Amino acid sequence: MKKVCGIFFMLALVLGLAACSGDSDEAEGSSNSDSEGGDSANTVEIFSWWTGAGEEDGLLALIDLFEKENPDITIENAAVAGGAGTNAKAVLATRMEGNDPPSTFQVHGGDELNEGWVAADKMQPLNDLYEENGWQDKFPQELIDLVSKDGDIYSVPVNIHRGNVFFYNKKVFKDNGIEEPETFEEFFAASEKLQEAGVVPVALGDKNSWPATQIFENVLLGVLGPDDYKKLFEGEIPFDDERVVEAAETFGKILDHINEDHAARNWQDSAQLVANGEAAMLNMGDWAKGYFVNDLEMETGEDFGYFEFPGTKGEFQVITDTFGLPKDIDNEDQVEKFLTFLGSTEAQDVFNPLKGSIPARTDADESEYDAYGKEAMKDFGESRLVPSLAHGSAASAGFLTKANQAVNIFVTQRDVDNFIQALKDASSDM
Amino acid sequence: MELAEHKKRNRRKMTKDHWTAVAFLIPSVILILIFVYGFIAWTGYVSVSNWSTLVPDFSFAGLQNYISLFQDYRFQSDLRNTIFFTIFFIGLVIVMGLGLGILIDQKLKGESLFRNIFLFPMALSFIVTGVVWQWLLNPSTGFNQFLKFFGITPKWYTDTNILAGFEWGQIEFGVPVAIIAVVIAAAWQMTGFSLAMYLAGLRGVPDELREAARMDGASEFQIYRKVVIPMLMPITVSVIIIMAHMSLKIFDLIYAMTGSGANFVTDVPAVYMYETTFKGNNYANGAAIAIIMLLVVAVFIVPYLWNSRKGDH
Repeated sequence: MKKVCGIFFMLALVLGLAACSGDSDEAEGSSNSDSEGGDSANTVEIFSWWTGAGEEDGLLALIDLFEKENPDITIENAAVAGGAGTNAKAVLATRMEGNDPPSTFQVHGGDELNEGWVAADKMQPLNDLYEENGWQDKFPQELIDLVSKDGDIYSVPVNIHRGNVFFYNKKVFKDNGIEEPETFEEFFAASEKLQEAGVVPVALGDKNSWPATQIFENVLLGVLGPDDYKKLFEGEIPFDDERVVEAAETFGKILDHINEDHAARNWQDSAQLVANGEAAMLNMGDWAKGYFVNDLEMETGEDFGYFEFPGTKGEFQVITDTFGLPKDIDNEDQVEKFLTFLGSTEAQDVFNPLKGSIPARTDADESEYDAYGKEAMKDFGESRLVPSLAHGSAASAGFLTKANQAVNIFVTQRDVDNFIQALKDASSDM
Repeated sequence: MELAEHKKRNRRKMTKDHWTAVAFLIPSVILILIFVYGFIAWTGYVSVSNWSTLVPDFSFAGLQNYISLFQDYRFQSDLRNTIFFTIFFIGLVIVMGLGLGILIDQKLKGESLFRNIFLFPMALSFIVTGVVWQWLLNPSTGFNQFLKFFGITPKWYTDTNILAGFEWGQIEFGVPVAIIAVVIAAAWQMTGFSLAMYLAGLRGVPDELREAARMDGASEFQIYRKVVIPMLMPITVSVIIIMAHMSLKIFDLIYAMTGSGANFVTDVPAVYMYETTFKGNNYANGAAIAIIMLLVVAVFIVPYLWNSRKGDH
């Protein structure tokens, strides 16, 4: 009996240890960098949350290429995993407050950069770098605006994802005789038809509330159009504008067509609903394409298709990862060299095909990208670009957190007046 | 007089040992003063400031952060959830722990095997428990695959209903159905702990007492009800205190298992604190939540510490 007990005790210990080691793996990236980085001027530390399958490959390929070209500089990968960047942002905030900034770090263009680190006076302008490299006309003007504050440019965009895309299961659409909808009327007509056929029209996984917020921002874009959408987040149009109310009502109508267990799913779980035909459509940033192709082994254009969010044709909800130059670092020259590299077509064409995003430059090599990428690149060059709310570009983090809360309540309660009031109350934080 | 003299001599004799002890204690006391009490004070200071972006702003805000919290839909929901989570969690852990403890105490064969089985979940971290139970209680996978043969498909932690609810502030106050799923997971993990405590307590009940009660004609049930369980009272108090401070501060289990939940039915103050601080950069708000949590836990802990201090003398 004693022996059996002993064995069980050991087992319990092992289980406990296994449970702990998961955490320590994640922490490793940052602790390594603390001990090694910083002291050597020839080490550039790149801080990101690129730890997923494709994006990590992209990042490592970038580092390899740069180190080959600049043998005297070592790049240190200080990626922090987990929470779609939330964990990384918490670590970053702690390091910045403690005046121990990484050499350069991943930050979404827009208010996450401008109202966050730039407003906190932690970043250096990069106007000279842009001039030296002639980047002013290589990146679209609306994108440069997104990384600028008061006329100064603060970061280098590396990749672009698009937020206003609906992915759909081609077989389900075909079986039910549905065409890609372009307007809200067509969209809701299709949804009714699907619902009657016993298919969930729209898959949603809002265990974290941003996927729901993402739907709402796309409805706002569809209803307001790009100019007024931007004005809304610049505070020039109030949140109780009747078109915002209309958008909230449309948002509610979309929520009438979602899967019941949405609160138990994250976005990948909701993508699976579309993949196995239980649901028809999914509004998700186009990183979902990578998930469909690589993880669920579906073929673009064969098994799944995509269309712009209703009412947003010719508009491009931009999510861009950018890298800037923090103040108080002792290896500025090396970091500028690295930033120059990140802004080159060479680097962008190495990174983006692996990550499944498209380059931020408009003169990149199209042949490196798949069919979806080519199409997205074309749209990116021709469309109006607007900043995403759900990904921190359109408004400050404080407003976003409150907007996410308001959306989370609205998804259950569907009280338009309350929702509008909550957004209006929060808009002072914008 | 003589007593005082004796005491004095005693103190003098102790001096050398005494100072060695103090010397050993001082470093840890200093560290605790800085890293525990110093930072509690710092958090308190931040909680009455206007620091709500990445730019620190220490201008005095008074109690504004606290007032807006108590008017906040999410925070009111958090308080409701914490109350019911704590009540159900402690209740379940005590009932299950005591019940299993009594069963195991029947001197049955393979006792240590059962004891170990029930103790296992304690070896896991709450994160692991959260991930496992997230799938077990997922409405479209997990237990429901089995339960659907009986025609029952509870929505577990995605249920947004509030039982026996009434309007209270901005929210509906009542029992959030979703919290029950989280209680099950938490109780599954911590029952082993109260089982171990009760088992130790049961072993401490002298056989003579039971024997005497039996002689007086008490039934087995009466023995437990009138003799054994009252004698276990100190253990019950300890279990309540330990579980209460755990459940009032719970974060990891909720974060891994359900997140805030639809309409904040499974949200708790610690999750709100993390999100408002590190996602919303609203440090003052986060600090205010931290202080409120500290006060709530203190309500449980301080009387207990006070009591046990008196017991020492």
